[in-house]
Amino acid sequence: MPETPDTAMAKISISMAVNGKPVSTTLDPRTLLVQFLREKLLLTGTHVGCDTSQCGACVVLVDGAAVKSCTMLAVQADGTSVTTIEGVAGPAGLHPMQEAFREHHGLQCGFCTPGMIMSALDMVARLGPALDAATIRENLEGNLCRCTGYHNIVKAIAAGAEAMGAGAKAAAE
Amino acid sequence: MNESIVTPIGAAVRRKEDQRFITGKGRYTDDMNRPGQAFAYFLRSPHAHAHIRAIDASAARAMPGVVAILTGADLAQDKIGDLICGWMITSKDGTPMRMGSHPALAKDKVRYVGDHVAVVIADTLDAAKDAAAAIAVDYEVLPAVADLGTADAGAQIHDCAPRNVAFEWELGDRATTDAAFAQAAHVTKIDIVNNRLAPNAMEPRAAIGEYDPGDEAFTLWTTSQNPHVARLVLSAFVGIAPEHKLRVIAPDVGGGFGSKIFIYAEETVCAWASKRVGRPVKWTADRSEAFLSDAHGRDHVSHAELATDAAGKILGLKVHTRANLGAYMSTFSSCVPTYLYATLLSGQYAIPAIHCEVDAIYTTTAPVDAYRGAGRPEATFLVERIVDKAARELGLDPAEFRRRNFITTFPHQTPVIMNYDAGDYAASLDLALEMADYKGFPARRAEAEARGKLRGIGLSNYIEACGIAPSAAVGSLGAGVGLWESAEVRVNPTGNVEVLTGSHSHGQGHETTFAQLVSARLGIPIDQVSVVHGDTDKVQFGMGTYGSRSGAVGMSAIVKALDKVEAKAKKIAAHILEAAEGDIEFKDGKFTVAGTDRALAFAEVALNAYVAHKFPTSEIEPGLKEGAFYDPTNFTFPAGCHICEVEVDPETGVTQIVNFTAVDDFGIVINPMIVEGQVHGGIAQGVGQALLEGVTYDADGQLVTGSYMDYTMPRADDLPSFRLGLTQTRCPSNPLGIKGCGEAGAIGAPPAVINALADALGTQDVPMPATPAKVWALAKTRAVRQAAE
Repeated sequence: MPETPDTAMAKISISMAVNGKPVSTTLDPRTLLVQFLREKLLLTGTHVGCDTSQCGACVVLVDGAAVKSCTMLAVQADGTSVTTIEGVAGPAGLHPMQEAFREHHGLQCGFCTPGMIMSALDMVARLGPALDAATIRENLEGNLCRCTGYHNIVKAIAAGAEAMGAGAKAAAE
Repeated sequence: MNESIVTPIGAAVRRKEDQRFITGKGRYTDDMNRPGQAFAYFLRSPHAHAHIRAIDASAARAMPGVVAILTGADLAQDKIGDLICGWMITSKDGTPMRMGSHPALAKDKVRYVGDHVAVVIADTLDAAKDAAAAIAVDYEVLPAVADLGTADAGAQIHDCAPRNVAFEWELGDRATTDAAFAQAAHVTKIDIVNNRLAPNAMEPRAAIGEYDPGDEAFTLWTTSQNPHVARLVLSAFVGIAPEHKLRVIAPDVGGGFGSKIFIYAEETVCAWASKRVGRPVKWTADRSEAFLSDAHGRDHVSHAELATDAAGKILGLKVHTRANLGAYMSTFSSCVPTYLYATLLSGQYAIPAIHCEVDAIYTTTAPVDAYRGAGRPEATFLVERIVDKAARELGLDPAEFRRRNFITTFPHQTPVIMNYDAGDYAASLDLALEMADYKGFPARRAEAEARGKLRGIGLSNYIEACGIAPSAAVGSLGAGVGLWESAEVRVNPTGNVEVLTGSHSHGQGHETTFAQLVSARLGIPIDQVSVVHGDTDKVQFGMGTYGSRSGAVGMSAIVKALDKVEAKAKKIAAHILEAAEGDIEFKDGKFTVAGTDRALAFAEVALNAYVAHKFPTSEIEPGLKEGAFYDPTNFTFPAGCHICEVEVDPETGVTQIVNFTAVDDFGIVINPMIVEGQVHGGIAQGVGQALLEGVTYDADGQLVTGSYMDYTMPRADDLPSFRLGLTQTRCPSNPLGIKGCGEAGAIGAPPAVINALADALGTQDVPMPATPAKVWALAKTRAVRQAAE
C-alpha cells in the first residue's frame, strides 16, 4: 500500500524466521509485529481483539516464548524465530494441542483460538505436560474468550499437554 | 450399513469448521483486503451532547494520503437515509414511539461520546487518523443526560421526544392485578438495577465496502449475524442501493451475542463512501471504538411487587421499569424492553395477574439493544430475585416456594401474551437440587463458617421465549419484518449436498449441526454435506441468527426442504424401479420397493435426477433441489434450573463460585457437545454480569469503562468448571422438537449468583456487579444486621 510522505520514517531492514522460513524486509520502524505478520506476510491467523494488550488473540511465539504481537515492534523481532498459528501443524498433520481443541470443543467462534493455542504451547513449555485445571486457569490470565466460558479450553489444554508429554516420551524411547 | 456412515441426531460429533479455526485459516472480515482499498477512520464526538456549529476539514483534506473527508452534509447530498429501528411500539396513550433521527454521520448534533462526526478516508489508516486529528469541529456543548433516573428533567436530546421519553408502554391488566393485590396476605417489594453491559464479541466489528461501476453494484463485507436483514435495511431505508445491486457478505464472524444484528453507521458509510471515492473502503474497529459504539445491553431500573396469599401462592405481580435506550433507537432496541421482556414476567409460575409498565428513555449514551438474552435476562432476574425474596419473607425454602407456584399443566396461557406449550419445571428443579447436593448445603455452610468464610446457595428457575418467531404474531406486536427462516437443499448429481441457510453461524457450529441433520435424514456421510451461509448472492433471503432461533426455526426450514427433496426423489426412484410411488420407502439412504430387495442408493437417484433419462420430464422436472420457508407457529420455551453456590471471603470481599449447576430443558438436542458449549459460554456471561461487568458513564457522559483495563471481562480464573444436566420435554411446535439453547446461560445465571450472595450475606440488597468492594462492605455490615434482627 502507498506510504504517505510525512509518516514514512527512515525504513529499517529486518530479518527473521517466520514458521521456519527466512523473511527479510524493510519497514516503517513503528510497524507492530502483528501488523507485519497480518498485513505484510498475510498470516491472518494471528488476530487483534483489543488495543491494550489484554485479550491475547495476537499471541505468537518468539524464540519459543509467548509474546503479544500487538505489543512488540516488528523491529524488536529482528533476528528471532517467530511461530504463528499457521506454523503449529507439522507435515504429518495437526499438532496435539490443535487436535485437543477440536476434540474437547475448546473453540466456538474461533477468533481467540489461535492466541489460546499459542499460549497453551507456551504453558507446556514453561510448566511441563502435567497441568491441572487451576494452573491452566491461572496461566490463561492473558487470554480472553467470550464464547466458551473457558470450561472446554481448560479441558483442551490439559488434554493437549498430556498428549504432548506422551508424544515426547514416546520419541525419547 | 448406513448406521456406520451417518451422523445421527444426538451425536456429539466434532465440528467441521474447527479445522480452519485451529490452523489460522479462518476468514474474518479484517483478514480480507481488496485491491486499491482505502482506509476509513471515524472522527467521533468527544462530547456527550453538543450542537455542531461548524466542521472545518480544509487543513485535514490537504494532508498527505487523504482521499476524502465526508460528513453528514455529504450524506444528505446523496439522499442517504437515517438508520432505523424496525419495531414499532405504541405507548399506552395510543401514540407511536418517538424515534429520533439517526443519521450515519451527525448532521447538526451529537448525542453520545463516540457519535460519528466525520469519516476520513485515506491511503493508510495512520494517514486517516492523522488527518482526523486535524479536523476542527466547533461544538456548542450541551448538558449531558447520563443518568437514567433523572433523564426526564434533563436537556432534550431529540426534538421529537419531550422529557426524553421514547415511549411509555404497558402490558397486562392493571385492574385485575390491583384486585389480586387487594386480596394479598403478603406483598414483597424489590428494587432492581439490571446493569448495562458491553457485549464484547472478541472480533471487533469491521466492514469493507466496494463499488463496481461496471455493474453499478455494491459489495459489503461486514461482521453481521443477519446479512440479508442488513441488505434490506441498507437498501429499503438507508437507500445505499437497490437490493439486487447490493451484495452483503458476512464471512467468518468472531462472536456476536446480539451486537452484530444491528445495522450501524460504520458499514453504512463504508458502502456509501466506496462509490464516492471510487475505491474499496475498509474499516475495522479497535476495542476502544467497540466500547464506545457497539450497542450495549440491559440497563433497566425496576420496582416490582409480588402479592401472595396465606398459603404461599402467588396472586399477582406489578412491575414498573425504566429502560435506557441510549442516544438513538438501534435496530431492534424497542422490542427488547417490551415484547422480549414483559412477556416473560410470569417465569415458571402460575401467576393469575400481571401488570407491567415500561418507560423507555433516551440518554446521551451509546445505543442499547439486544445482548444475549435480550429482555429475557432482565425479566428472569426480576422474577427470580423477587420470588427468592418472597420465599425468605414467608419463611419458606426458596425451592419449596418455587415448586408450590410452578405451572404444571400445558399449554398454559400467561397473562402476558405467551402460551407455554410444554415443560416440566419440577423435573429440572429436582435434578438440579440433586446434582448440587442442596440437602448437604447446611453442612457445607457450617464447615465454611468454621474457616471464617460465608457460604450461600442460590436458585434460578428461568424460562425464555426462543425460536423467534411467528411472523403474524410479531407483526401484530409491531415488528416490521417476518421472523421465519429459509433453507435450500441442493443435491448435486454425485449425491453430495449443499445446504443454503438464512441462518448465520458466528460460533454456534451450524456447519456441523445442520450437516448432521442432513446426514441423518439422507443417509449420507456428514462430510458430503456443506453448509453455505452469510452471502446474499449465494443464499436466498433469510432472517439470520439471534434469539436462539437457528435450531428451532432455521433447522425446521431445512427439514421442510428435505421433505420436498425426499418426496421428489421418491417419484424418480419409482420410475427407475418401475414401481408405484406409494410403494417406495426411503430409509438408511436407500429407496426400496416395499417388501422387495429392489433398491437404489440416494446417490443413484440424485444422478438420475440430473441425467433425466429414466423418467418423463413432462411430469417430473429434472434436478434435485428444493427450497422452503418455515414460519414458526409459536415461540419455543426453553426452561431450567440453575443453582449457584458461592463462598465469600469477608476479609477481602472476593466471591468464589464453588459450584455452578445448570439443568436445562432444550427439547431435542442435535449435538450435545455444542449445546453444552453454548451453556458454558452463556453462564460465563451471566456470571460476568453478576460479579464483574458494568458499563459506567460519568455525570458528563464520558465512558469510564472504555477498555479491557477498566471493564472487567470474565477470565478463566474467575470461573469454575460447570456441572450440566439436561431434562427433556419435546417442543411440540416444530418438526424436530427443538427449543433452543443459545441464551439460557446468560438468562439463568445472574439471579442464581445474586441469590447465592444474598443468602451468604444475609441481605437482599446485593447490586450487580457484586464486585469485591461491594461484597466486602456488605459482609462487614452483616454482623450488625444480624445483631439488629
